[in-house]
Amino acid sequence: MPVEYTGIIDEHMAVRTKAGLFDVSHMGQIEIAGPQALAAVQHLTCNDASKLAIGQIQYSALTTPAAGFVDDILVYRFADDHFMLVVNAGNIVKDYEWIQNNTRQRGGDVAVVNASSRYALIAIQGPEAEAILQTLTSMDLPAMKYYWFGTGEVAGQRVTVSRTGYTGEDGFEIFLPPAGAEKMWNALLEAGAGRGLQPCGLGARDTLRLEAAMRLCGSDMDDETTVLEADLGWIVGWQKAEFLGRDVLLEQKAGGLTRRLVGFEVMDKAIARHGYPVVAGGAQVGVVTSGTQTPFLKKAIGLAMVPVSMSAVGSVLSIDVRGRQVTAHVVPQPFYTRAGK
Amino acid sequence: MYPADLKYTNDHEWVRVAGAEATVGITDFAQKQLGDVVFVELPEVGRTLKQGEAFGTIESVKAVSELFSPVSGVVTAVNGELGSHPDFVNSKPHDTWMIRLKVSNAGEAASLLDATAYEALTK
Repeated sequence: MPVEYTGIIDEHMAVRTKAGLFDVSHMGQIEIAGPQALAAVQHLTCNDASKLAIGQIQYSALTTPAAGFVDDILVYRFADDHFMLVVNAGNIVKDYEWIQNNTRQRGGDVAVVNASSRYALIAIQGPEAEAILQTLTSMDLPAMKYYWFGTGEVAGQRVTVSRTGYTGEDGFEIFLPPAGAEKMWNALLEAGAGRGLQPCGLGARDTLRLEAAMRLCGSDMDDETTVLEADLGWIVGWQKAEFLGRDVLLEQKAGGLTRRLVGFEVMDKAIARHGYPVVAGGAQVGVVTSGTQTPFLKKAIGLAMVPVSMSAVGSVLSIDVRGRQVTAHVVPQPFYTRAGK
Repeated sequence: MYPADLKYTNDHEWVRVAGAEATVGITDFAQKQLGDVVFVELPEVGRTLKQGEAFGTIESVKAVSELFSPVSGVVTAVNGELGSHPDFVNSKPHDTWMIRLKVSNAGEAASLLDATAYEALTK
């Protein structure tokens, strides 16, 4: 996947107004199956996987005992006793070993398979995505709800299609054997040519996900950031009796939270990028974890980890941009919400 | 594709020297490397620059880089149009100037690359 094809702004705008095609085959897939599969997923992840119907997906995290992120993931429920975790490319080996070690320790009848090499993954995203994809399949796409998936034929190939994405736009992700990926890519590009479908690279993927305030694991949070510090309380299954990191999260929820990831908008003409310090009274008090100039909103926005006292919407932040202090305001997330959502 | 009437630096700026005046921008190769330009930060008029000194920064969606003066001189004008149209750097790099200088050392430009040598550098 290249950084860009025709240009980040051009590709970003295509996804917001028409449609974009992403080769995200680098993402990893780890399958967990067997009688104890649900118990293993419940132990390893913070969200409540028991709430998933077969065919449903949830955003979740593999957590450490300190409630930090091993990775942020999507959990697909294939069957009562069969789950697939979609994990970040750079974390495939780490996640697989983490899952292996933490399920072996507990024993039980569960198999863990790193299936990453069995899947290519192509995402089609944007308001025209459904219409384009529908021309290649008899699957009932309008009936597929957000964060659900199904199997069927697309362009003559047997695939799994989920209504998911990393752009803040409506869209689908297509899982298929790598051998058929190039053919699928070309069939989609051809089917979408009349509707403005464009190939998109990593650059637009990053600006799109940031406008939607979707986190990038490794950049916005890591194993030293808790799920609540990342402001992802909505993916914590509080009703679960046990999962890795639960005690820490309960303590933080009860008032022990000292820092939080916030969305900000830069008021001056500058981009506050990853790693730039948030300063107050001459000292560093926080850090920018993601930042860009967004093509659609035409603003410099980003995410920053700041003390809780500075995390309310409307708080004024001072960010050190290469020696110059610029002003930013804490704003609601996401920065962009698609129409009709 | 690189205009023969311009001189070029290893840092991918171009300069047009006409008498005592030098006009500076960045090359097509540079804008392609940067991608979509969103901000160009330029110096104050009157600032004295040495050859190779940073005179500003250029920021694209994906990266930020410094701009270096191809020759020594005093800044006589900056292109204010870039405040509202930084994209001109992408669409017409060799026709989009950033600063004008009153050249203080006329001999310096001779050490810069000509179009052929610069094109070879970017291959």
